[in-house]
Amino acid sequence: MSDKQIGREIGQALGAHLTRRSLFALGGAAAVTGALAACGSNTGREPAATGGATGGGSGTTLNQWYHQYGEAGTQQAVEKYAAAYKDATVKVSWKPGDYDQSTAASLLTDAGPDVFEYGNGPTIDMIKGGQVVDLTDLIGDTKSDFNPSILERMTYDGKTYAIPQVVDMQLLVYRKSMLDKAGITPPQTIDELIDAAKKLTQGNVKGLFLGNDGGAGLMGGPMLWSAGLDYLTKDNQFGFDDPRAATALGKLREMWDAKVLLLGAPKDWFDPSALTAGLTAMQFTGLWTFPDLKKGLGDDFGVMAWPALDDQGKASVPVGAYGSCVSAKSKDVEAAKKFAKWLWIDQTAYQLDFATAYGFHIPSRTSLIGQASTLTSGQAAEAAKLATDVGHAQSPILWTPKCATAFGDAMNRIVKEGADPAGEIAKVKTVADAELKRVLA
Amino acid sequence: MLRDPAFRSSLVTFLAFAVFIVPTTFVISLGAALLVARTRVMQSFFRTVFFLPTACSYVVAALVWKMSIFSGIRSGLANAVLGWFGADSIPWLSLADPPWYWLVIVTARLWLQVGFYMILFLAGIQRISPTLYEAAAIDGAEGWKVFRHITLPQLRATSTAVLLLLLINAFQAFDEFYNILSTFGTYPPYARPPLVYLYYTALGSGQDFGHGSAGAVILTLIIAIVAVVQGRILRLGDRGD
Repeated sequence: MSDKQIGREIGQALGAHLTRRSLFALGGAAAVTGALAACGSNTGREPAATGGATGGGSGTTLNQWYHQYGEAGTQQAVEKYAAAYKDATVKVSWKPGDYDQSTAASLLTDAGPDVFEYGNGPTIDMIKGGQVVDLTDLIGDTKSDFNPSILERMTYDGKTYAIPQVVDMQLLVYRKSMLDKAGITPPQTIDELIDAAKKLTQGNVKGLFLGNDGGAGLMGGPMLWSAGLDYLTKDNQFGFDDPRAATALGKLREMWDAKVLLLGAPKDWFDPSALTAGLTAMQFTGLWTFPDLKKGLGDDFGVMAWPALDDQGKASVPVGAYGSCVSAKSKDVEAAKKFAKWLWIDQTAYQLDFATAYGFHIPSRTSLIGQASTLTSGQAAEAAKLATDVGHAQSPILWTPKCATAFGDAMNRIVKEGADPAGEIAKVKTVADAELKRVLA
Repeated sequence: MLRDPAFRSSLVTFLAFAVFIVPTTFVISLGAALLVARTRVMQSFFRTVFFLPTACSYVVAALVWKMSIFSGIRSGLANAVLGWFGADSIPWLSLADPPWYWLVIVTARLWLQVGFYMILFLAGIQRISPTLYEAAAIDGAEGWKVFRHITLPQLRATSTAVLLLLLINAFQAFDEFYNILSTFGTYPPYARPPLVYLYYTALGSGQDFGHGSAGAVILTLIIAIVAVVQGRILRLGDRGD
């Protein structure tokens, strides 16, 4: 899930995405043998990494893992940061392929990383299994400076287990010229959105693009939020056993039935090409597409949040972040924590560089957003404001992968097969209740 | 694990897929072999052309099928052809009903594997002694009769091997399913063979090794039972084969 949620690695380099797919389809074995995977990449990366790192003062060596970012220069940047650290030798591993899965498996072995990033912070099972260490004291006073919904997502039982690196978001993007031509103003409610999509669907141009599965994989969360609900309630109970949720999820089926959704685009929602090639008038996509949108459309695009269902609901944009975690299996946990604090708390200049100089992201520290030159004007500034104002963490920490799979299956049945939303929600509830019981036990 | 409806439905998917793909590939590759064997001109050309897809990776073929031939927009090959007849574009892989995605998966697999089995059959056909055909011709047998009473029985050893290989291949279904149907991080709840389901359960972020191994054991048992039954039916290893 988390790779889907963040989606940045493929944001700008679909090529990298394809290799990733092919890699793990062909060599899924690498995920099984986390140890092997680790050895393999370490050996491959060692010369570059040690070459880049200065000799460590204390002789401690730390392994830091990143997934493969699509944007050129990111790898060199993180190696530069690591080399600048004086208290230990930091070896950076840049891991292509199925990062989330192989990292999770490697944490069970001795060949895992000391410091590593993970989508939306560690999973609840990593925390429960004692695989990651508590980083609350590292964040200390800077707590209020981080995007609150992201930090909450990385916190369990009052303890924070990851430091947010950069924030990514998804939002609704539309072609201004197409809306103007059809005489439509940006829709404020879901029903207005459906009407707009109907008016904008003409010939081979569809009104709205929510992914090739009609939004089944992407829009579940935003639809719940638009009804004013959430995956879980504040006290960690199942959150959408509610007729309003059934109505909201049913709206996606309404769009599907109205044939206003673009389906089967060559590149999925995370790529701007459906919008730039004129296949659709509106698309739910990520902030990372902005450089390409600018190039393809100039100023002919506008941004907005996913609208509210009605007066009782709320507009929202999903936000996510890779969080830097420290493995409990590290040979020197204290040194690893010290390095994580140094890079992701103290070195604000590096954080700003990492967020804005290579790809298109929002710094996770609110105080840095003002300094990010990429976010000061136009659509990007509006987007950054949406992330702060109506940003919603993609899924709560207790929403385990099993819950996510059950919910994804239900969404597919509702949207694609027209199954009864209330019945499907009840099925998800059964799975989620059992999972909540398991993780909270 | 057997109480998990998703796993049970994955088993059904997988058996249905095997039941369909094994005879289909068998018939098509045998047909192609017969045609190629009877060709007098450019036989090696046809042999090579039919065999060529075998050299292609499943992943590459799956992506070609997904992104260029069966993409949902008007410029996809399949939809462009529909367009000539004035039909609407079909989002092949997005629809669950009717299940067009099966067309995509099955054609991809057929394209990839027919050539290989055709070569096996061709080798078998070329080993049949011409004297048998001559004798049959003298007895007045032709066409279907020759095929039914000479070619097919003579190909028994080859057919057995082909069936076994096909079945194993069908049970290993993963590559094209995964690459054609998975969207970013998710996989639809239909057309999900057990290997794909177990991939998400045990190796995905779920990391549920217990259920994953249980599923793997069940799968092994099924394959073993099917293999034994098939061996019995085809009398594999009998002397005189």
